[in-house]
Amino acid sequence: MSAAPVLVAQGLVGGYVPEVDILRGCTLTASDGEVVVVIGPNGAGKSTLAKAIFGLITLREGTVTLRGDDITGAAPHQVTSKGMSYVPQVANVFGSLTVQENLEIGGVLRRNLMRERMDAMMSLFPRLGERRRQRAGTLSGGERQMLAMARALMPDPSVLLLDEPSAGLAPRAVGEVFDTVAEINAAGVTIVMIEQNARRALALADRGYVLEGGQNRFEGPGPSLLTDPQVAELYLGGAGAGERPEPPPRVGS
Amino acid sequence: MEEFLNTSINGLSSGAIYALGAIGLSLVYGILKLVNFAHGDFMTLGGYVAFAVNVSAGMPLVVAFLAALVVVAALGVALEVAIWRPMRRKGAGVMQLLLLSIGLAFVIRNLILFQWSGATRSLDVDQFQAWNPFGDVVITRIQVIVIVTAGVVLVGVAVMLRSTLIGKSMRALSDSFDLAEVSGVNTRRIVLYTWVLAGSLAGLAGVLAAVYTTLTPNTGWFLLLSIFAAVVLGGIGNAYGALVGGIVLGLAQEWSTMVIQPTYKEAVGFVVLILVLLVRPQGIFGQARTL
Ligand SMILES: Nc1ncnc2c1ncn2[C@@H]1O[C@H](COP(=O)(O)OP(=O)(O)OP(=O)(O)O)[C@@H](O)[C@H]1O
Ligand SMILES: [Mg+2]
Repeated sequence: MSAAPVLVAQGLVGGYVPEVDILRGCTLTASDGEVVVVIGPNGAGKSTLAKAIFGLITLREGTVTLRGDDITGAAPHQVTSKGMSYVPQVANVFGSLTVQENLEIGGVLRRNLMRERMDAMMSLFPRLGERRRQRAGTLSGGERQMLAMARALMPDPSVLLLDEPSAGLAPRAVGEVFDTVAEINAAGVTIVMIEQNARRALALADRGYVLEGGQNRFEGPGPSLLTDPQVAELYLGGAGAGERPEPPPRVGS
Repeated sequence: MEEFLNTSINGLSSGAIYALGAIGLSLVYGILKLVNFAHGDFMTLGGYVAFAVNVSAGMPLVVAFLAALVVVAALGVALEVAIWRPMRRKGAGVMQLLLLSIGLAFVIRNLILFQWSGATRSLDVDQFQAWNPFGDVVITRIQVIVIVTAGVVLVGVAVMLRSTLIGKSMRALSDSFDLAEVSGVNTRRIVLYTWVLAGSLAGLAGVLAAVYTTLTPNTGWFLLLSIFAAVVLGGIGNAYGALVGGIVLGLAQEWSTMVIQPTYKEAVGFVVLILVLLVRPQGIFGQARTL
C-alpha cells in the first residue's frame, strides 16, 4: 500500500462558534483506493471533521488538500466539483423530492453525464429504480441511505465521504450498506467512512482512526486497531464484547 | 347554483391573486428562512408601477404588467444583494430577519406614499363590461383578465418548478440548503433566481389586485394576512402548496358569503386555516419532518 495520498487533512482546528474549538488539531489522510474508517465516542468531533473537510465550517488552523489541490475554505460545491462527494449523517436526502429528482440534484455538476450516471445508479441500487417516482421522505431507512449514497455518487466522484451510513438501520440494512460500500470501493472510489459499528467498519478498513476530543487518539491498519487491546477496551466495548449499543437519537448533528 | 357559480368566479379571482403572492413568500421562507413582511409592499409597488405606466404615461396595460414584473423582480434582487445576503453571512437569525423585513415594509410603503400620495387610484380598464354566459351568471372583463393572466402564469410556474433543473434546485434548497450546497448546486445563483421569481410574481399580483379592485398604499399590506394564511394552509415552504392554498382560501372566503355577511369573509379564511391545521398540522402539502 504505497498509493499516493488523495485526501490530506492536516492539523485542523475549528468549530461552530468563535473561540470554541471542537477540532483540536486532528489529521487524516486517505490514499488512492483505500477505505479509511474514523471511529470515536459521541461528541468526539467526527461529524465536525467531515464538515470541516467539506468546507461547511470555517477552520481556524490547518489545511485540506485533495489530490494536491488546496481546498481549505473552498465552498462545498467547489469541493464537489473537484471530485469528492459527501453523505451527511442526518438530513441526507431531499425528502420532498422524488428519488429521481434527488439524483438529478446530485448530478447538477455533471449534466452531460446525467443519463449515464442515473442508469449506473439504478443498476447499483435496483430498489431505487423501482421507487423512481416516489418521494424520498416516504422511503425506509435503508432505502434512504442508499439514495443518499446514490445522490453523492452521481457526479462520479473519486473520493466519497460517508458520515455514519449505518446509523439507525435494521441489522439487515446495515449489512447491505457495508456490502455496498465495499462494492463502491472495488470500483475504485476512495472511501472515508465515519462509523459507529466500529467492529464491522474496521474489518473493512485499510486504515482506521480513533478520534476523541477533536484529536487523533489512535491510528493504524484496520485489523490491527481491531485487535489493539486499548482500542478494544475503550471503543469496542471490551475485547470480545458485541458492537457498541445504538446511541440515543439526537437532534441536529 | 347560479349563486354558487358567481361566488366561485369571485373566489377564483381573489384566490389567483393570493396564489401569485403566496408562491414567492413561501419559497423565500423555505429557502432563506425569511418571513418577508415586505412581500405585501412588493405587491403594492407593482401596482403603482403599473399605474405610472398605464395611467400617468398612458401606455397599454400589457406594458404596465411587464414593467411591474421587471421593477419588482429587480427590487427583490437588489435587496438580496444589499441586505439579506450580508445579514445571513453575519449569522442573523429568523427573528432579526423578520424584524428587518417589517422595517423594510414600512420604508417601501412610505416611499410609495411620498411618490404617489395616499389617494385611491385605479388602472385604465373598463370596470363595467361584463358577460352573461347563462342565467344570472355574470363574469366581468376584469375577472377574465385576472383569472386568465394568473392561470397562465401559475401553470407556467408549476411546470417550471416541476420539470426544470432550476425549479428542482429551488425545491431542493427549500428542503435542505446545506445538502443542496454539498450536492454541487450553486446556491447563490438559485437564491437570486428565487428572488426574481418571487419579485415578479408579487409585482404581477399587485397589478392584478389593482385591476380587480383599487390601489392604495395599503393594498398589499392588507392582502398579506390572507397570503400568509394561504402559505400556511399549503404547507410552509412548499410552493405548490402555496398555489393551491391561495385558491382554496379565495374560494372558501367567497363561498362563505352565500351564508354569512360578506364583511366576515376574511375571518372565514382563518377558520378554514385553523380547521385544516387541526387535521393536518403540516398543511395540505407539507410533510411532517421526519429527519
Ligand atoms: N451545529 C452545531 N453547532 C454547535 N455545536 C455543535 C454543532 N454540531 C455539533 N456540535 C458540537 O460539536 C461537538 C462534536 O459534535 P460532532 O457532531 O462532531 O460529534 P460526533 O463525533 O459526530 O458524534 P456522534 O457520534 O454523536 O455523531 C459536540 O460537542 C456537539 O455538541
Ligand atoms: Mg456525528
